[in-house]
Amino acid sequence: MLRENQRHFKFDWITIILFLLLVGFGYLNILSASHIGEITSYFDTSQLYGKHMMFIGLTLILIILILSLEAKFYEKFASIIYLVAMLALVGLFIFGKEVNGARSWYGIGSMTIQPSEFAKFATALAVARFMSDLQTNMQTLKDQIRVAAIIFIPALLILLQNDAGSTIVYLAFFFVFYREGLQQIYLAIALSLIALAVIGLKFGVLITAAIAAIIIFSVYFLRRKKRGSILQYITVLALCVSFSYGVRLFYNHVLKPHQQNRISLWLRLENDPVKLQRMKKEEAYNLIQSEHAISSGGLSGKGFLQGTRTTGKFVPEQHTDYIFSTVGEEWGFLGSSGVVLLFVLLIIRILYLAESQKSQFSRVYGYSVASILFIHFTINIGMVMGLIPTVGIPLPFFSYGGSGLWGFTILLFIFVKLDSNKINEW
Amino acid sequence: MRKLLLLTTVVLVGLVFIARLFYLQVYDNSAYNIFEDIAIKKEYNYPKRGYVYDRNGELLVANQPSYDVMVIPREVAPLDSLEIDEFCRLLKITREDYDKKLKRATSYSPRLPSPFVPQLSKRDYAVLQEKMRKYEGFYIQKRSLRSYQTTIGANVLGDIGEANRATIAKKPYYRLGDLIGNQGVEKTYEEVLRGVKGIKFIQKDRFNKNIGPYKDGIYDTLPVPGKDITITIDSELQAYGELLMKHKRGGIVALDPSSGEILAMVTGPSYNPNDLVGRNRSKNYTKLHYDTIAKPLFDRGLLAQYPPGSPFKVMNALIGLQENVIDVNDTYTCRLGYYYGSRKLTGCHHHSNPTDMNHGISQSCNGYFVHVYRKIIDKYSDAGEGMNVWAKHARSFGLGDFLHNDLSVGRKGRIPDGDYYDRAYGDNRWGSTYIVSNAIGQGEVETTPIQLANMTAAIANRGFYYTPHIIKKIQDDTIPKAYTTPKYTTIDKQHFEPVIQGMFDVYNKGTAQSLKVPGIDICGKTGTAENFIKIDSVKTQLTDHSIFVAFAPKDNPKIALAIFVENGYWGSRFAGKMASLMIEKYIKGTITRTDLEDWILTHSLEDEYKKPYSGEPFEINRGAKLQVIDNYATELPDTSGGLKL
Repeated sequence: MLRENQRHFKFDWITIILFLLLVGFGYLNILSASHIGEITSYFDTSQLYGKHMMFIGLTLILIILILSLEAKFYEKFASIIYLVAMLALVGLFIFGKEVNGARSWYGIGSMTIQPSEFAKFATALAVARFMSDLQTNMQTLKDQIRVAAIIFIPALLILLQNDAGSTIVYLAFFFVFYREGLQQIYLAIALSLIALAVIGLKFGVLITAAIAAIIIFSVYFLRRKKRGSILQYITVLALCVSFSYGVRLFYNHVLKPHQQNRISLWLRLENDPVKLQRMKKEEAYNLIQSEHAISSGGLSGKGFLQGTRTTGKFVPEQHTDYIFSTVGEEWGFLGSSGVVLLFVLLIIRILYLAESQKSQFSRVYGYSVASILFIHFTINIGMVMGLIPTVGIPLPFFSYGGSGLWGFTILLFIFVKLDSNKINEW
Repeated sequence: MRKLLLLTTVVLVGLVFIARLFYLQVYDNSAYNIFEDIAIKKEYNYPKRGYVYDRNGELLVANQPSYDVMVIPREVAPLDSLEIDEFCRLLKITREDYDKKLKRATSYSPRLPSPFVPQLSKRDYAVLQEKMRKYEGFYIQKRSLRSYQTTIGANVLGDIGEANRATIAKKPYYRLGDLIGNQGVEKTYEEVLRGVKGIKFIQKDRFNKNIGPYKDGIYDTLPVPGKDITITIDSELQAYGELLMKHKRGGIVALDPSSGEILAMVTGPSYNPNDLVGRNRSKNYTKLHYDTIAKPLFDRGLLAQYPPGSPFKVMNALIGLQENVIDVNDTYTCRLGYYYGSRKLTGCHHHSNPTDMNHGISQSCNGYFVHVYRKIIDKYSDAGEGMNVWAKHARSFGLGDFLHNDLSVGRKGRIPDGDYYDRAYGDNRWGSTYIVSNAIGQGEVETTPIQLANMTAAIANRGFYYTPHIIKKIQDDTIPKAYTTPKYTTIDKQHFEPVIQGMFDVYNKGTAQSLKVPGIDICGKTGTAENFIKIDSVKTQLTDHSIFVAFAPKDNPKIALAIFVENGYWGSRFAGKMASLMIEKYIKGTITRTDLEDWILTHSLEDEYKKPYSGEPFEINRGAKLQVIDNYATELPDTSGGLKL
């Protein structure tokens, strides 16, 4: 009995408090963004905020459930959970329901469930399970390909369901792999590719080629002793140029017009003011409204339920992906930087806990949780403030929606459970 | 090191986000301004504009409702061609107008309301109102327009028009489409008459639907109605002055010397104030504005700055007495002019000699006043100093500077001093003989009719005046103290009597003998001023201006006035007759000198004004023939109600 009680208190309360703060504050903002007219009852389930209150209630039950299961359960059943999640994703092609052009929902009665929200923790478990296997060596190409496949399967399935935003989330695992011994060269390559893509789109292939050539040949001339054949360098340059060219082709011929516009607006590619105006009208309405709402908040905001743009429903999808603009308008700089700080603290706390895990499974899983939260946080808030192109993914714990809230709660609390169990890990 | 990648990235992203938030919320937008928030609709409630009454309590200006069609371009729903045509028909505009107006409104601001078609009539409004809901983005703003109960006093009353963008930029109270006083008392008493508009803040949603008052209306305000004012104008006298000024150009300013109240302020040509109300306002205003020959918008009573001519002689008489350089009984013998050695500085006309002060004034002798003027200047060892003393006295009559009153326009006039001539001729390189024209009001001295009227009032009062003003009463308020405090001239009281006697004798035995009004002791002074214009860059003399100043009665004066008629031949010919008629009208209420009235009404100067533009050689002054008109208007202009629209 005593041991049981002690175990309860070993939960990391800092993480739990940060979680509760985010969910609670998120609820207030959903209330503000979704209420129409007088608020009669906070539990009125015909209103979005009432529904979200119900989701939060169910979340608490879910948390108790997760914490009461044995920690070992998650490691043992990782593969099965992953398999079930993948089947759920595949099932969408047959039974799925299309919402806003994305076929990523199951309809159960009046409820809808989005399996991609649950695929994240399942993938994290599978990755942790695979990497903690004694036979796995991240330095070998064979295992690199295997682990890449684990994340590639859900990513591809989600992409095929026309939900490009949720696909991007799987890039988060790069941080995990890197932490677990992926060679430095991958990081270098990743950064180079990002630079090549951005410079290529913004300044054209010729300038990109020139910049790449200058860098590559300076390296060649500086490394006098073991520079190797010049042919290698020329090959690298050729690869760079063709990649940059490929990105342009991809941008021009593969991306849909709305995706092109988002990138064009972000990189300010369009110089024709008339076209730019049209593009902004078509594509950036949300963004402009959201930025206006945020900046109208000023230092301390207009006050809870007092945001004029929030009350007037000027920002579409404000209770889901654009919830942060409500924070900006009603709570001002103080409130919104507070939310940023809460997220940063939560992620750092998880990273700290992950590093202190004794089992590799827990550590990898913890790292995955931090990375996934980080990607969501960065892309969502970055998008709402116009720092990165529009990508529709929710803000963890904040955005309206049952699937999202539950998905993130499960993701986080499995780790809370694993962390509480570290003393027993031998 | 591998552990640090994600950690540092997280911290970095956090910092970037906070910096971006700081930029958006604090640096870029330090103050939230509810007026710029598109989520809040501002509904204005315009108060009643104050009425204007004349000194006898007669209502001159009231209000009438008007309906402006406003547009918010961003919210205009696309209409098909038929719908637009129908809309244009209702608004009585063409399709091109529609496109042009919409474009102009959009270029001003796509999200702020602009006036689309201002000032619909009641009938057009009634027809339009039912169909208005079909045209999204357009709405009708009710405003109050002026309703003139009279056809006179356009220059006095002024008008209201839409505030232009420059005004809006300077005075944030006004928004596009708001009305603001443009001239006359509408301009000077704008804030009193206007009141304060009320405002309602209404929360909108993104479909521009009203979803209730913003914050339960805690910022809403009620309109404060404008205050009524009573002006000092006697509308009957004003109307009579305007009638006399028909077919002439010039100005009349009549004051009550005992208070400085302006009884009449006539300018000719003028216009009907109703012309600047309603949908034809802009057309009519443009017509008036571009009439650069007759200049109907130029208030000659206030702005016509000319050499005053002979009326200024009385000023020199007063200064001479005050400076003790002459005695009332000193005589001077005029030999058809003033001679300096053998050189004739100034000419004069035939009159009897010797000339003392009384004779000098009543006969308007040039020689006598040059004699006086030189004595004033040469009293001091330095001509500059003499000139400064002279200027100080003249300025104490309100000449040479703005009157600082409540009229919307004015001119400084000019009273030259020592510095002025030092600049013109070089330091000390001039003397009294250089500047003798000032003695007879023809040199560098320049005045406006209202300044001359005020000078006359100061003489009538024997040495003080009240700043001429037009406000008599403001509802629930008092008029500025500056208008009820007397201002004293630098001339001692006892010096006025002989001068006034001279002015009285102008009527008894002088230049205005024929203008006497039975039963009223009038003191006056005629004036005739030469004037020139350039025709094809050749300096050409035109017929002299006719000038007259007068006050009556001689004791306890009730009215002082100055009249100026452009190219009116000589002082007593036009201005003098008009002065007698105005004084009789004000004091008796009826006209006994109907011979003078008939003459003024039947004689026109229109031909005179056409001469310089005819391109042909023409005669002036006594060589010219005066134009007589047969069918003149004998009735007074309509001063009692009857709105023309």
